Order: sequence, then C-alpha cells, then structure tokens
Amino acid sequence: MGRLVRQDLTARRTEITAEKAFVWVCRAAVFAPLTILAVLMLRVLVQGLARIDWDFIVNAPSRMASSAGIWPALWGSVWLIVLTGLIALPLGVGAAVYLEEYGRRSKLATVVEIAIANLAGVPSIIYGMLGLGLFVRWMALGETVLAGALTLALLVLPVVIMSTREALRTVKDSLREAALGLGATRWQMVRRVVLPMAVPGILTGAILAISRAMGETAPLVLVGAVAFISYAPDGLDSDFTALPIQVFNWTSMPQRDFLINAAAGIVVLMVTLLLLNSVAIYLRNRYQKRTY
Amino acid sequence: MATTAASLEGTPVRSGSTGWWQRTSASLGERLIELGLAGCSVLSIFVTIAIVVVLLYEGVEFFREVPLRDFFGDTLWTPLFPDSRHFGIWPLVCGTLLTSGVAMAVALPFGLLAAIYLSEYAAPKTRRMLKPALELLAGVPTIVYGYFALTIVTPILKLFVPDLAGFNALSPGIVMGIMIIPMISSLSEDAIYAVPDSLREAAFGLGASKLPTIFRVIVPSAWSGIAAAMTLAVSRAIGETMIVAIAAGQQATLSIDPREPTETMTAYIVNISKGDTPTGTLEYKTIFAVGIMLFIMTLAMNLVSYRLSRKLRKQARA
Repeated sequence: MGRLVRQDLTARRTEITAEKAFVWVCRAAVFAPLTILAVLMLRVLVQGLARIDWDFIVNAPSRMASSAGIWPALWGSVWLIVLTGLIALPLGVGAAVYLEEYGRRSKLATVVEIAIANLAGVPSIIYGMLGLGLFVRWMALGETVLAGALTLALLVLPVVIMSTREALRTVKDSLREAALGLGATRWQMVRRVVLPMAVPGILTGAILAISRAMGETAPLVLVGAVAFISYAPDGLDSDFTALPIQVFNWTSMPQRDFLINAAAGIVVLMVTLLLLNSVAIYLRNRYQKRTY
Repeated sequence: MATTAASLEGTPVRSGSTGWWQRTSASLGERLIELGLAGCSVLSIFVTIAIVVVLLYEGVEFFREVPLRDFFGDTLWTPLFPDSRHFGIWPLVCGTLLTSGVAMAVALPFGLLAAIYLSEYAAPKTRRMLKPALELLAGVPTIVYGYFALTIVTPILKLFVPDLAGFNALSPGIVMGIMIIPMISSLSEDAIYAVPDSLREAAFGLGASKLPTIFRVIVPSAWSGIAAAMTLAVSRAIGETMIVAIAAGQQATLSIDPREPTETMTAYIVNISKGDTPTGTLEYKTIFAVGIMLFIMTLAMNLVSYRLSRKLRKQARA
C-alpha cells in the first residue's frame, strides 16, 4: 500500500516537473522571436540614427553615400499613401456597406466574398504584375505615381473591406431597426446612423491599410519605381520612387556606406509606421470604450 | 456616446406627408446608390479576373515560344544566357520550396507553442498584451526583414555554419519564419480556443493531467484549424518576395543545400523587373510565366486552407 502511494507520488511529481518545463518552453517560444526582433531593431536604430540629419532628409539620392538623401523617396511615399487612401477607402467602404447592409446573403455577395478571400491571399508581387499589365501598359499610364497608387489600392482593398465589415457588424441591429422604423430609407439609415457609429473602426482599418501600402516594395518594383530620381513627384503623371524602394536599392549596393544609408532609411520608415499605428491604436481604444 | 445621441436626434424624420413624386425620386436615388455600392463590391470580382487575364495574356506569348514540355521538362533555368538558354521552371520552384521549408521549420514549432501558451496557460491580461506584440512581427515591412537577413543574420550564422555563403537560403528562410510566426500562432490559437471545454473536462475527469490533455485531446481536436494555419503560412512563404530577393542570391539551382545561394520564383521576377531587360523580349515574358506558376501554387494552398477552416467551423457547430 505504502509503496503504491509512493510510486503514485513520484509519478505525479515527474508530471508536474514536465509540465513546468513545458510551460517554460512555451514562454520561450513567445518571447524569443520578440527578443530577436527587438535586438535587430535596436541594432538598425543605432546604425541608422547616427546617419540621420537634416541633409539626409532633404537631399536627393546620390552616387556618393555620404551626400545621399531620401527627399524624393519620402515625398513619393507620401503621394502614394495619400492617393492609395483616396482610391481604396471609398471603394472598400462602399463594397463593405453593400455586403453588410444591402446584399447580405445574396448570390452576388457570396461570389464577392469568395473573390475577396482569394484576393487577400494573393502575393503582393502578383499585384505588381497586375498593375504592370493593367495600368502601366493597357491603360498606358506609364510608370507613374498614379499607376503605383492604383496598384497599391487594389492590393489593400481586401484589408479595407474586411475591417470596414468588422466595424459595421459592431453596430447593433436595434439601431438600424429604430432608424427604419422612424421612416428612414435604407441609405438614410446607413448614412446617418450606421456609418457615423462605425467611423472609428473604419479609420483604424484605413490606417492599417495605409501602413501596409507604405511598407510594400515588390509591387512598386514591378510598376517601375526607380531609385535614382532627384525630385519629388509634382503630379499624377510624375515618375516616382518610394522609401522602401530607396532602402532596397541601397541594400543592393556593395559598399558599406550605402548599407548605413539603408539603415537610416529603415529608421525613417519605421518611425512613420509607428506613428501611423499609434493613431490606429488610439482610435481603437476610444472605440472599444464606447458602449451602446 | 454624446455624438451618437446627437446624430440620432439630428436625423430628420420624414413624415408621411411627402408627396408621391418625392418618394419616387427618393427611391430612384436609393436604387442608384445601391447600384453604386454593388459596383464597388463587384470590383473584387473584376480584380480577380484581371489578375488571371493579365498573367495569361503575357504568359501565352511566352508559351508560344517556349513549349510547356521545356518549361516542365528541362532542369535548367538560364533565360539570360545568350548561348544556351534554358527555361525549366524546377530550379526556381526548388529554391522557393527550400526557403519556404526553412521558414516553416522555424515558424511551425514557435507558432504552435505560442498558440498553446496563449490559449491554455497565459493569464487573460498577459494574453491581451502578448497577442498584439506577436502581431508586430507580421507588421514589419518585408524590406526591413530583408535588410536584417543580409546584414545581421547571415554574418551571425556564419559563426556557427562555416560553409555558409554570403547569399544563402538559410538566413532569409529563418527570418521569413520569424515573420510568419504570428500567422500560425493566431489562427491556431483561434482553433484551440474553439475546442469545447467539455472535452477538456472529460479528459481531466478521466484522470489525465494537463500536458496529456493538450497533446492527446486539444491539439488533435483543433487539428484542421492548425492545418489551415499551416497551409496559409506556406502560401505566404511561397509568395514572400523582398527577403529572398535581398538575401538569397540569384542562382537558380536544383540544390537543396540551404547554405548555398538560390533563387526563388518571386526573387526572379523582382530581379528581372529592376534590371534593364527590354520590354517585349522573351526574357521579359518569362516573369509572367513564372507569375502564373506562383499564382497557381499560392492559390492551391489558399484553397486547401479555406477548405480546412470551413471543416473546422462545421465541427465547431456540431
């Protein structure tokens, strides 16, 4: 009897040790990648910060690493994300409103949903080829900032649609019923009741979509963003370059000094993205606090 | 809250006194708006079709000059060698599978363990903090990861793997793996979370402790969701471009040695596009042929994943 109990206790003790060890392994699996990312980021920050000064921001790219800057790339990125937002936001919100408020469970909505799910999984470089074939060649827009923005807009469209639908779903049906019961038409209900309440959620999604567009490189290489452009875009039909493209080109250079430039470019890119995302988080928090 | 009330109060209520003419014009407007909104959503269908059309349009030109037999039968990919041009896709596919394989070898254990930790062990507060932190990994632009792979990870790996080439499949593969961890962890966690508590209780009631419960009951029940996460992650790894374009090199070979330089399908497309290969040449058309292959491979993965997650949803309902 005593022996059995002792055996049982030993077995139980091994079990507990095994479980404790397992939890630590799990913890490590969560924290190791985060630590690696933090260390890598810190290292780039140290490398890049030393290189960043006012001249780096306002200079054009140059064959001399020490006098090269990111001005055209920075403005190219600003043009791109503003245009991308202007194109993708109305289209995406419109599509989401249709799917949630009008065509719920209609045949069209089912097909559209399958298309969106599929588009969300298409690699970004394929969007680049689409932009090259559709906008640059077929519509003859050339390798312009407009062609780039249209390409990125199609790329982020699924993100906008999905986050807007999410936001629309949080609006309670009782509010819709109340609006309709008061005699509002469907559009009046959407325009005056549903959309205003979903705005923070939609904005959060829009910012996420824009940060995605800001960080994309591959599709822009396809539609012809080039690094050696010494001026900021001055119109929709202007040649352009973008921050990630600039970083890519500097990374491809053999000289070490250009790698330092790339690190500095990355710091600027990451700081911009961090700012965009903090706004998104701020909006989301405000949004979650509101209860209806 | 205040704004909501205001907007509700501000909504003018149409009384029944509107004339029939106003009502018809309103409903015509309503119809137009609905049509416009439907148009926005139909755009997604058009984009899907446009992708296929563009790829096929240029791809057909390529296959007119290079028969499918060569594309799938040749084992060399040397479209830029003027004397001996070969258009066998397999070296690029091999490079793609190699880097994706390395990535999955990293992402799968980390992602799965993270998912188990978050759903079974972490306190709600920790979970709320760690989930978005993990999502950060996927939010970093791939160009940044590419820079990491080339300038930091490869030199560090060289300390442990002496034969490592400057450009190799190992370093971008590992970095790509870190990038797709959140994809596996968050989808798997959803699947594990969806396992009904009654199963856990039954296992505990039969005297099982937590560890066997996780590995014999919970993970197997969540398997279709975990598999969906895996296939989606593979699809993502296959389509990932900048990390491999920067750090893996430009040598399309059939070698499966991760220490050697290699070239993926995506990296090939970028390398041709950023160079000055004249438009309209056969070399240029190759990117569309490679694009078709890439599209088919990712689409297949996405479809499998879609099937699996639908199966999971059915199970959850049952």
